[in-house]
Formats: sequence, structure tokens, C-alpha cells
Amino acid sequence: MGKITLSQVRKSFGEVDVISGIDLDIEDGEFVVFVGPSGCGKSTLLRLIAGLEDTTSGSMQIDGQEATHLPPAKRGLAMVFQSYALYPHMTVRKNIAFPLKMAGMTADEQAKKVAHAANILNLTDYLDRRPGQLSGGQRQRVAIGRAIVREPAAFLFDEPLSNLDAALRVTMRQEISELHQSLKTTMIYVTHDQVEAMTMADKIVVLNAGRIEQVGSPLELYHSPRNLFVAGFIGSPKMNLISGAEAAKYNCATLGVRPEHIGVGAGDGHWQGVVGLSEHLGSDSFFKVSVDGIGTINVRANGELNVRAGDRIHLSPDLEKLHRFDAEGLALK
Amino acid sequence: MATQSSRSAARLMLSPTVILLLVWMIVPLAMTLWFSLKRYNLLYPDRTGFNDFGNYTRFVLSPAFGGAVVNTLILVVGVLVITVVLGILIALLIDQPIWGQGIVRILVISPFFIMPPVAALIWKNMFMNPTNGLFAEAAKLLGMAPIDFLGQAPLASIILIVAWQWLPFATLILLTALQSLSSEELEAAEMDGAGAIQRFWYIMLPHLARAITVVVLIQTIFLLGIFGEILVTTNGGPGTASTTLPYLIYKEALLDFDVGTAAAGGVVAVILANIVAFFLMRAIGKNLDA
Ligand SMILES: Nc1ncnc2c1ncn2[C@@H]1O[C@H](COP(=O)(O)OP(=O)(O)O)[C@@H](O)[C@H]1O
Ligand SMILES: [Mg+2]
Repeated sequence: MGKITLSQVRKSFGEVDVISGIDLDIEDGEFVVFVGPSGCGKSTLLRLIAGLEDTTSGSMQIDGQEATHLPPAKRGLAMVFQSYALYPHMTVRKNIAFPLKMAGMTADEQAKKVAHAANILNLTDYLDRRPGQLSGGQRQRVAIGRAIVREPAAFLFDEPLSNLDAALRVTMRQEISELHQSLKTTMIYVTHDQVEAMTMADKIVVLNAGRIEQVGSPLELYHSPRNLFVAGFIGSPKMNLISGAEAAKYNCATLGVRPEHIGVGAGDGHWQGVVGLSEHLGSDSFFKVSVDGIGTINVRANGELNVRAGDRIHLSPDLEKLHRFDAEGLALK
Repeated sequence: MATQSSRSAARLMLSPTVILLLVWMIVPLAMTLWFSLKRYNLLYPDRTGFNDFGNYTRFVLSPAFGGAVVNTLILVVGVLVITVVLGILIALLIDQPIWGQGIVRILVISPFFIMPPVAALIWKNMFMNPTNGLFAEAAKLLGMAPIDFLGQAPLASIILIVAWQWLPFATLILLTALQSLSSEELEAAEMDGAGAIQRFWYIMLPHLARAITVVVLIQTIFLLGIFGEILVTTNGGPGTASTTLPYLIYKEALLDFDVGTAAAGGVVAVILANIVAFFLMRAIGKNLDA
């Protein structure tokens, strides 16, 4: 079981409010991703849940039990740190067995569980090496192994992939998702990368400056962002945000159009502009178009489209998929 | 940097220094070896010539020799144990965020800046003196008879003084090692269910292993040669109770004017120091490998 409830959790370091009053329900078995720009308090929130920091006020329940002042070891949570935090003087085997040893398990049971975890994570051949003799991805797996042998109520990951190269990041991302599917344990995953958030999460929590901006499934956040921050943060390439006279035509302060919701044609479009930068990826093409009277608009189009820098093109946004925001940045229905 | 000509140029440039250092080392060593093989007593300048290792046999077979070796080892081991154990505890303590941390750290380090004979004399006259020392006053206050530290427990008293001097060194090295331990590692152990003592035993102590090795090796080098503290406190006495190898050599050379035997004693001391170094490296040297 791994149901975690936060109510009005606040954390300040001295004068500075890093987390300001967060309410959040995390259901058992959910894969929840905390996403937000660097410094917004994601790690701090995760450490509050882990018990590595004391809450300034507010309360927290794990599986219905009061956990606000419980020491980390008593919460039944396992954490995978950004730096892996492996014990460098112990072999992989001893690293993974460490929590079991601390729990006073017999050597036989320890060996059995370590072997099982090593099997899941493809670490069997490396059990007698030290962390210093492993690659980044293998270290990551050892850190995960150390977490899964404890059979925790929930896993906490703090930017676990940020030290890996791009290709490995994609592989490990999929491995963690598969691990979640097979273990069905609650996972809380912190990242600043919205692609990781979109691909892995059941539920995304968008954080900004210590506040929750929106909670929802990846597609909910994509289709109906509650405010400008979420609209700009979720989606790649970023949503075009247009203000001024053009926005006023649609009765809003800011108009949002996703690059993939703009059609490109040779004539008879809504907007006209000159192509500045064009990137052809084969499957897709990205254009930066300098539109008359509006400014630069990013467009994502079919990879077959043959448009070059300097060409004059017509753009027609999909009117069904426009996002409108009021002067405070909140979405209008 | 690695072409043939740059390498020979480097050798040429380095050679004056290397040669100077080599001469500096070789000449005294050669003279010591030379003197150690000959009759050479300043009181009897007419007796000269080789004496079939007589200096060595006289030094090694003298009644004070065995005791001096044992005293030297007790001194070294005693000081090492005290400084490493207390050094770890103090390092753990001053690593905590406390009020006045800067001043506390300076105070902890300050004994290291006091010259050995001065420190030993302060201990001897102000603390350990049985009539007007602070310890005697304290004992009298508690209604006990004052202890004559240097008379009754000379070696232990010297160990105490030397340990006091070397404690800052050990503390400093161990503190920097402790500070290089990543806090995430400790937090990971905490989440894994390790209590404070288990975190110390399984995480901190292995992390400190290399620093402890460095402390032990460096201190051993210096502690084997401890001399000034003995000279100004006990003069090796009472009897030979606090005579160590360096002090015995000093006695041969400068009290008995027997240069030959003192030189032989020096050579014996070098050999013993190398034996100690050999076993030390065997025992803990692997901690230094990366
Ligand atoms: N121990 C601390 N003391 C003071 N400020 C801290 C501490 N830890 C984090 N902060 C501050 O809290 C803010 C959020 O930090 P963090 O949670 O690490 O951000 P994120 O993980 O989202 O990048 C930052 O501005 C950081 O400077
Ligand atoms: Mg962080």
C-alpha cells in the first residue's frame, strides 16, 4: 500500500518560503511526477515526504497514518538520489543488501532478495564489483535495486536520470516505467524535464515557486492547461503565446496556439509570414515564422513539407484548439 | 612535454637539486655507518680502529636497550590510539553546526602551534607538579593525595603530553575527511534504516579509513623520534622508565661521549623504524590505494 496525503504542507528555510501550503493526494500504485523549473522546490517537497526535512507546518499521512513527524526509516519509503548515493566501499551485493541487513534479516534471506533484485535489474554479473567500477546506468540500477529490495510503500526518485547521456536516459526511462508496471508500487518522480513527465506519469504535478500550478494526467495538462505557466511548460516545442491586438480579436489577453495545431499552406491562410529558421527532422519539420503584425510563431509540420528559409507562407491555426487566457494568466473557457 | 629532447632537458634542469639532496642524505648516512664500525669515544681519543661490530653488540646488549625499544613502541602506539579515537570524536563534534564554530576550531587546533619543549614544560610545571601543579590542587580539593605524575607514571604522563600535542593534527585531517562525505550518502543510509551508530560504523568509518591511515603513518614517523618532551620532563627516568630509543642514543653520544656506539644505535633505530614501516604498510597500506 502506498497512499500519501499532504495537507497544507509548508516549508521555509529561515525567512524564505520554499514550499507554500501544498495539498496533494497520491493514490496507491500511481506514478506521480513532480515537474517544474529548477529551484521551484521539487526536491524539497520530495525530501519532506521522505522525512529528510521537517515540515514547517501542515501534516502528512501515509496509508492513513499520521506521518508528519515520523523519522525517515519508519515511513516505509525508499529513495533514489540524483547522485545515486551508493556506498563506495561496499560491493554491489552489499549495497543492495544494506537495508536488509539494517532490518536484521538473516544472511540467507538477504542473499535471496539480492539475487531476485539483481535478476530484475540485469545486475547479476556485477554483484561483486564496487560502485566505482560501474557505468552511470549500472550505478543507477544498483540504486534502484537498493530501493526495491526493501519492498517499500512508495519509491521516491529525485531526478534520477539527469546524470546520464541522452540515449541512456531514454532507455532507463522505459526501464523505470516497466518496473512500475510490474511492481505496481506508488512512485513519486521528480524531474525538470517535461518530456520525462509526459511519457512516464499517470499524474503530473506542475510546481512553480513552491506552489502547485496544476495536477492532472499528461493529456489533461496538454489539452486544458489551467494557466499560462502550465501552457508554456507542458508541450514541446513550446506553445506560442500571442498578446496584443491579435489576442483581443479572440476576447482574451493572451492567445495560446500549439505549434502542432497550425496548418501550413501556400495561399488563403489566416496569417502570413516569412520563414526564418527551418529544421527538418525527417518525421517532422520545425519552422520559426515571422508573422506580419504578430511576431515569431513556431510551427510544427509534416516532414514532407518542402519549405525553405525565406519562403513566404500562409498559416491557419486550428480554431478548435486555441487556448485563451485572461489578464491574470488564467485559462478562459 | 614528452619528446626525447624535452625529457633530457628536464633531467638536466633537475639534476642539481637531485644531486644536492642525494649528497645531503648520503654523506651523513655514510659517516654514521663509518663511525658505527669504529672505536670513537671522545673521552679516549687515543683508542681508534675498527672493533668488529663491538659498538652494535654493546648497544644492543646493554641493559637499557630492550626497555627502550618497548618504551618507544608503547609511546607510539599509546599516542596513536589516543589521537585517533579522540580525534574522530572531536571531529564529529566540531563538524556539527554549533554557535562559535570558528573559535572552537581555532582552539582545537592551537596546541599544534606550541613548540614541543614548551608544551612539555607547561604540562610538567603547571599541571603535573605534585606540590603546586593544577592537578595536585584539584586532588587536594577532593581530599586525595596529589599524584607525582612524572615520578610514578612517567611514560603514561609523556604519552598524555605528546597526545595532547598531536591531537589537533589528527582532528584536522579527520575533520576534512568527514566533511568530504556526501550528505546524500548519509541520508540514503538513514532511509535504509541505519541508526546513528550504524551510520557511523558502516558509512563514516570506512570513509575515514584513508584519513586514519594517513594520520597513523605520518604520526608514526614523528613519534618514533620523540625526544624533546622526554629531555625536559623526565630525562628518561626515573631509572630508565621513560627512556626511548632516541633518548638512549642521545645518552650514548652526549652524556657518555661514545660517538661510535651512538652511531651504531642510530643505525639500529633506522632498521627498527623500517621494520615498523614495513608492517604498518602491510597492515593498512591498502587503504591508500584509490
Ligand atoms: N537546505 C537549504 N537551505 C536553504 N535553502 C534551501 C535549502 N535547500 C533548498 N533551498 C532552496 O529552496 C529552493 C528550492 O530548492 P530545491 O527543492 O532543491 O529545487 P529543485 O529541486 O526544484 O530544483 C531553492 O531556491 C534553494 O535555494
Ligand atoms: Mg532538485
